[in-house]
Amino acid sequence: MEELLNLSRRNFLTKAGLGLAGMAMSSFDYPKGQYATDVNKLAPHYVPKAKRVIYLFQAGGPSQLEMFDYKPKLVNLNGQELPESVRKGKRVTEFTASQPKPMVKSFVNFKQYGKSGAWISDLLPHMSEIVDEICIVKSMHTDAINHDPAMCFFQTGSQFGGRPSIGSWLSYGLGSLNNNLPTFTVLLSKGSGRVNDAQPLSSNLWGSGFLQSLHQGVQFRSGEDPVLYLNNPEGISNENRREMINHLASMNNEYYKNDGNPEVYSRMAQYEMAYRMQTSVPETMDISKEPDYIFDMYGPESRIPGTFAANCLLARRLAEKDVRFIQLYHQGWDQHNDLPDHLSKQCKDIDQPSSALVKDLKQRGLLEDTLVVWGGEFGRTNYCQGALTNDNYGRDHHAYCFSMWMAGGGIKPGISYGKTDEVGYNVVENPVHVHDFQATLLYLMGMDHERLTFKHQGRRFKLTDVHGSIIKDLLS
Amino acid sequence: MKRFLLLMILPYLNGIIFSCNELEIPDSIQQAYEKLPEEVDFNNDIKPILSDKCFICHGPDKAKVMANLQLHLPDLALAELSGSSGKFAIKPGDINNSELIHRILSDDPDVVMPVPESHLNLTDFEKALLIKWIYQGAEYDEHWSYIKPERPELPIVNQIDWPQNPIDYFVLNKLEVLNKLPSNKANKEKLLRRVSFDLTGLPPSPEELDLFLEDDSVNAFEKTVDRLLASKTYGERLAIEWMELARYAETNGIHHDFERNAWPWRDWVIKAFNDNMKYNEFVTWQLAGDLFDEPTYENKLATAFNRNHRTTQECGAIDEEFRVSYVVDRTNTFGKAFLGLTLECAQCHDHKYDAISQKNYYELYAFFNQVPEKGVTRSFQGVPEPNLEMPKEQVKIVQEYIEKLIELEYANGSKQDKEEIYREVWREEMEAMTKPIMIMQDMDTIRPTYILDRGLYSSLGEEVQPNTPKLIKEFGQEYTSNRLGLSEWLFSSDNPLTARVAVNRYWQMIFGRGIVDTPDDFGSQGSLPTHPELLDWLAVEFMESGWNLKHLIKIIVMSATYQQASKTVTSSLDFDPDNKWLSRGGQQRLTAEMLRDQALKISGLLNTKVGGPSVKPHQPDGLWTEVSSGGRYQRKYMVGSGEDLYRRSLYTYWKRIAPPPAMLIFDADTRGVCNVKRQSTNTPLQALVLLNDPQFLNASKALAHKMIKNGTNSEQRISYGFRCGTSRKPNPREIEILKDLYLIEKNEFDNHPYRAYDLVSNNEIKNIDKFDVKELAAYTVIASTIINLSESLQKN
Repeated sequence: MEELLNLSRRNFLTKAGLGLAGMAMSSFDYPKGQYATDVNKLAPHYVPKAKRVIYLFQAGGPSQLEMFDYKPKLVNLNGQELPESVRKGKRVTEFTASQPKPMVKSFVNFKQYGKSGAWISDLLPHMSEIVDEICIVKSMHTDAINHDPAMCFFQTGSQFGGRPSIGSWLSYGLGSLNNNLPTFTVLLSKGSGRVNDAQPLSSNLWGSGFLQSLHQGVQFRSGEDPVLYLNNPEGISNENRREMINHLASMNNEYYKNDGNPEVYSRMAQYEMAYRMQTSVPETMDISKEPDYIFDMYGPESRIPGTFAANCLLARRLAEKDVRFIQLYHQGWDQHNDLPDHLSKQCKDIDQPSSALVKDLKQRGLLEDTLVVWGGEFGRTNYCQGALTNDNYGRDHHAYCFSMWMAGGGIKPGISYGKTDEVGYNVVENPVHVHDFQATLLYLMGMDHERLTFKHQGRRFKLTDVHGSIIKDLLS
Repeated sequence: MKRFLLLMILPYLNGIIFSCNELEIPDSIQQAYEKLPEEVDFNNDIKPILSDKCFICHGPDKAKVMANLQLHLPDLALAELSGSSGKFAIKPGDINNSELIHRILSDDPDVVMPVPESHLNLTDFEKALLIKWIYQGAEYDEHWSYIKPERPELPIVNQIDWPQNPIDYFVLNKLEVLNKLPSNKANKEKLLRRVSFDLTGLPPSPEELDLFLEDDSVNAFEKTVDRLLASKTYGERLAIEWMELARYAETNGIHHDFERNAWPWRDWVIKAFNDNMKYNEFVTWQLAGDLFDEPTYENKLATAFNRNHRTTQECGAIDEEFRVSYVVDRTNTFGKAFLGLTLECAQCHDHKYDAISQKNYYELYAFFNQVPEKGVTRSFQGVPEPNLEMPKEQVKIVQEYIEKLIELEYANGSKQDKEEIYREVWREEMEAMTKPIMIMQDMDTIRPTYILDRGLYSSLGEEVQPNTPKLIKEFGQEYTSNRLGLSEWLFSSDNPLTARVAVNRYWQMIFGRGIVDTPDDFGSQGSLPTHPELLDWLAVEFMESGWNLKHLIKIIVMSATYQQASKTVTSSLDFDPDNKWLSRGGQQRLTAEMLRDQALKISGLLNTKVGGPSVKPHQPDGLWTEVSSGGRYQRKYMVGSGEDLYRRSLYTYWKRIAPPPAMLIFDADTRGVCNVKRQSTNTPLQALVLLNDPQFLNASKALAHKMIKNGTNSEQRISYGFRCGTSRKPNPREIEILKDLYLIEKNEFDNHPYRAYDLVSNNEIKNIDKFDVKELAAYTVIASTIINLSESLQKN
């Protein structure tokens, strides 16, 4: 029997790899595993600063000019054509390629906050309370100018789909921290700013590409089935299910005796894990026992399942359970038109919950080893798209500068990093490319972006391809 | 003591007098050296090391060559090192004066190769191989896959009563060299299960099992194989494989992911396989059917293959950027699917590992760059050009089908209360199924092709003409410079790759592992064939049979190799965990499609209709709307009704930004780009699908119903169901376990009858009032257990 178990274990390890399956050995009848330690030869490369990541992805391209990157100079230049000396012939989207490019000031005011004196717009009153906890990067830039390729680039390192997402890379590289939940979870929410024509998402954004499918992001959904197919069918109780799985194990044991296929044991381990998830997932998703003061922190929407606020609260609960990578997507940031109205709504969606998440993690001592990231796939142009009137305008996609913020997990708090020019078109100091961001994120998790590789079709693929540098100035 | 052993042997063997430049070989490498084979073989032993560890800086990519040293060709590798007269990287027979050896043995970080920054390391074994290779004369050979295959002689074997056909001689010969024996023949039940899945993607029915078991004739198996090959389900099985290779989907895949019409092409593929169209014609039609003299509707339809790639309708997108990406996709698909090469590596720079230059890449790209198409279709409902109108009769059939469906929806009342928009959205999707189909066409005037610097659509370099990589085979004068000429080149008997790549893929389809384990890479970085002579024999046989696919598949399954028992014993697992030497039958988990189709078939729910517009079986609510936009861009997944719920998985509607979730959980590819190798993983989400997905639950209920009808007591009923799921009869112990579960469940439902009603509601069972619902519920649990058995998930 001992031999049999060793056999199944070895085969299981080579076949199933790490991550979701790697934690699946149960108390049932299978050998105990120490997945985080002896299985994973890849990682970590360094002492990790963060154990987990909460990535608040803002899909559509939030406007840095009305949120974090204060450009008073635009007040005087409002309506004036963007000079070619600034644009330098860089490509723009087909939306505005052939229209005039009048620069446009922010409709909203900025003030300085905190010890760090960070500039935050009036659209983000709650964010202003945490400026000394976060690091605002104002000098992000990317290669892509349209949503689909740009989101794909941020999440997978390639503009065209088919590569593993950041969360999949970490699942592959680091394995799991817990026994009952997936390594890489995904939560989606719709924005209130652009209800009818928000840019879409794609499940490829949390796909595992050429890595094994067990590294795929697992969507946690509001509603009755928080993970697809999680609930027993109507009429099947937990006791029914337990009996069934026990008998299934006995049957599989018979099969093993006759056929000798050691995969049988790893498969039964997956059934045990599935059974545990049936309890652990609803427990995690059940926010009803959260105290009122927590709901008050995250705002009234946090009581409404499926909102960004509710997802932020869930993100904290998942972090508490040591889920490695918690990916949120909030749609609706594509303000080509009606920016003042739509952006105000989007900011309202995220302001209080994002701020509350950082505070809540901090008060629980989780912020020090949880990296929080907030940002979209690109920013928005300093010139107007469509008609510019006294109280309305829009902004097109902008790849050459935009803002993100990060907090916790090894990030230097209370700083603003990088600078854009005075009209907010180009980066003039400390540029941070998407690949630099990815390299830095991996570094904080203890992974060297040049060594986290997967050989596929003869080539060693990396999240950052042959690019990317760790931005040391961001590290605490 | 051992340290200088090697150096003591060398002069003895070779009579070399050492220079002052004496080498010190560490013990560990000496030990490895002693275990090496007598003769080091370049293709088997050395090329993989040079390619993987050295070519990145010293390989075919001229732009990235360090120290002016390239190791992929002998005249470059053996030349005097530039800038160091009298010094050589490799001096055949002279390891002391081969700089390469000094470098790989050095522990000085400034000297050692590979450089530490590369994070590439040579093992002691690899170092020893390189030493022995140079010592033995540093012979280079042409890469195996670029040498035209010749039909090899059958090897001599000892166990002469084992082989059934030529395949077995090659397999047995390897096993005998390794001092191993093949396994016994699989029993008839297992064999029928295996061959039924392999040739039709479906399990055998109990009746088919009985017939086969009763047939004692010598050619009983062959008759079965012929029956399966003649079945319409054969074409469906092969089409399922082809869909992933051809990145087939019903939507555009980028941004709003609007619908396209593609199913008529899918139906053409099924028909072509069932008609056993010659493989060379099958592929030529798809690559160049539009260029035939007076092409027929079907000739043109076949070329939709090359328009299955993703397209965008994102408003701000730059037209040329995306048009170029489509041409790139076609070129890469051509490379991966038909040549087994990773051409895409040469899109931005010369290939790092194979002698394919960036120029070669764009010369091949030029063939696919002549389509009068746009990169971005600005009109949301517009169909990208060029396209093909469906014949009027076919449009009418689809329209009638849609009308019927809408009526059905209203008749069964389930959607009466929903807003009007639901119906409209749904109608839009359905109407997409009658839209013109995107196909291939060449422009009247040639669009010039340029090398694109770093692969960027806007960085035009040197102009190039259509051509193929010389490395494979010259594109001679006899070929026209278009896709038709390219197809002729592809299927020339001198092309060393095409037949090998094809037979390897079909071998993989059947055995789960190719003779070359990297079906998409026959180049330097790819795996070497485990049975190179067998691969060549099959390739030549395939070509000489007139590219006859049914013939190829038949000889594979008629081999003794295929018909071995799959039972694994510890010793054979230790010897060969992946079964690459084929000393036993394969043990593979069923694919996503097979698992669902099996559940439908054994429960009697399967609708066997072949072809037609794609259908929408059950999937969890909201998956489409969660990722899509609102308003007019919104798409809701409207579950079909009636028999549409129970079509084979090949016909399930494939939306690229939200593919059928249970299929992805079972490792189906996302259909973004060409894929020729699926993984087979094992995760808790798979358990949840099989336990709880309403599709599998419905099948369990229907199977329970069949079990009750097919037996008068619980033993008979359990045996019947078990046999449906596993294709064999249960042993007494297995019956006992399931009966024990049945009694527990029956008791549970007797005590909680409302649970029984909950479980069996929403079923497809007629006259349900004639059944004891509690009994039906308990058998439903048994049926679900049977569907979840590890054995039911395998085709052994």
